Amino acid sequence: MKKLYVTIGVVLFGIFIQILIWNNIINPYYGIVLTTMAMFVILSTSLNLINGVTGQFSLGHAGFVAIGAYFSAIVTTRMSLPFPTFVIFIIALLVGGIAAAIAGFLIGLPTLRLKGDYLAIATLGFGEIIRVLFLNWEYVGSASGMWGIPKYVNFLWAYVLAIIIVLIIVNFINSSHGRACISIREDEIAAETMGVNITKYKVMAFTFGAFFAGIAGGIYAHLIQILHPQNFTFMLSVQILLMVVLGGLGSMSGSIAAAILLTLIAEVLRGFAELQMIIYSLMLIGLMLFRPQGLFGRKEISLNNLFSKNSGSISFGSPKK
Amino acid sequence: MTILKTTNLGRSFGGLKAVDKFEIYLDERELVGLIGPNGAGKTTAFNMLTGVYVPSYGEIQFCGESIVGKKPYEITQKGIGRTFQNIRLFKDLSVIDNVKIAYHQNVKYGVFSGIIKSKKYKIEEEEITNKSLELLSIFGLDTKHNELARNLPYGEQRRLEIARALATKPKLLLLDEPAAGMNPQETHKLMELIRWIRDKFDITILLIEHDMSLVMNVCERIYVLDYGKIIAHGNPEEIKTNPKVIEAYLGEEVSPNVKSK
Repeated sequence: MKKLYVTIGVVLFGIFIQILIWNNIINPYYGIVLTTMAMFVILSTSLNLINGVTGQFSLGHAGFVAIGAYFSAIVTTRMSLPFPTFVIFIIALLVGGIAAAIAGFLIGLPTLRLKGDYLAIATLGFGEIIRVLFLNWEYVGSASGMWGIPKYVNFLWAYVLAIIIVLIIVNFINSSHGRACISIREDEIAAETMGVNITKYKVMAFTFGAFFAGIAGGIYAHLIQILHPQNFTFMLSVQILLMVVLGGLGSMSGSIAAAILLTLIAEVLRGFAELQMIIYSLMLIGLMLFRPQGLFGRKEISLNNLFSKNSGSISFGSPKK
Repeated sequence: MTILKTTNLGRSFGGLKAVDKFEIYLDERELVGLIGPNGAGKTTAFNMLTGVYVPSYGEIQFCGESIVGKKPYEITQKGIGRTFQNIRLFKDLSVIDNVKIAYHQNVKYGVFSGIIKSKKYKIEEEEITNKSLELLSIFGLDTKHNELARNLPYGEQRRLEIARALATKPKLLLLDEPAAGMNPQETHKLMELIRWIRDKFDITILLIEHDMSLVMNVCERIYVLDYGKIIAHGNPEEIKTNPKVIEAYLGEEVSPNVKSK
């Protein structure tokens, strides 16, 4: 029952904010900032599934975002589907997500046998390859970018998608399949000895993460309305990684908080673009010095237990009280 | 009935034959020991039986089926569970999650059921939680089920590792130096526990151990490994008096560096 109230409250909050934006009580610019926040929540939680939960250090998230962005934009601009706009948009998001998931699967299969630094480098290379491919693909505008993408995304869209995706990821982690992923992070050999098919679960986490990154890419495309390969460089991957590390590897609530915080800081510092990176770097250094496990460590804070005395307890399949 | 049988099993690392012509058999419900001086190749043998290493040559028959070249998780699913010499718990997870992960292979609900928290998911998860608590209570760990595994005292970590291995429902349990780092009282308790596990879970146990009193007391049959080869095989009495074993074992213990063979 309590869960239902929380859900209703959360949805109403989103609608409330959206109404404020529509009525210009919240400046449309802040509306875009809020939407970006929701997008980064999706990106950081999906990367956290790969990096934090399964323990596979990936630096190729920008590649998946690019695939999702471009493919969803192809659906909305290059095809004239006979459906109402929101159906077209859902199809576009799904196409983007699935395209990214396929890429994730194909990349994951051979590279996930690599460990640590080697995997990071392989995925980094993958991200760059994707960017260069789009840079040379005439059909999507190559170096001049892709123009005229309709603005289908408003805050409510991104907000609801973010909630759905976070719920999916959290529920996945709390299932036996999620525990299998966590066991891989903890100790691969022990996990395999416990009967966990580690290749399967690594690829699964990678594919899931890529799928959600692709959806976030679709949101990005229909928010910014212009796509250029330059927007999907290595720096985007690093930015997302920063959110994951800042929030705490393996903590979804940490990723969400860090995504919101860093998006805010980025916006506040927009006036001085150079300073933005310096502050980012200083924050990272400070964090590594004072709190190497991230803001939240591996703890989770959820709306359900926020007010009960068990708030902040470790939630990986904690037994029922 | 023979549950496990190896023939001419071997593994070499470069030019070194870590294990050579390793031939053992285990009957159902037997408690067998594998002993040998340090570096004799005992753990390598375990790693081949559990698929961590692929044997360089030879054959392993488990329940009448060859398991050579199978992945560790497949071998676990076929019914060989193990513990590790250097404890390999999921240290940053709670005690109960360690056990729950071991139940993973028997979970029937799919990824999608987990995501939407279907009825099937809820029923199975509750079942897993109950089974895990039950298993933990057997090992006296149920009161600590919410603690992180790394915070348990050493002896309890060993017990948890055995509990976790049993949760995979093995027919054959391999224990790699279960008494390492334990004091005599703890070792004595462990001895009783091992015997009791065999009877309660009705399984075969093969254990590697350095503690002679434990091996001689608990095991019904013993294999002695030295320099990768089996040099003796028999019941504890035979092993105690076997001159080869005394040479390999006591020789090393008295003057570790002098012996050359």
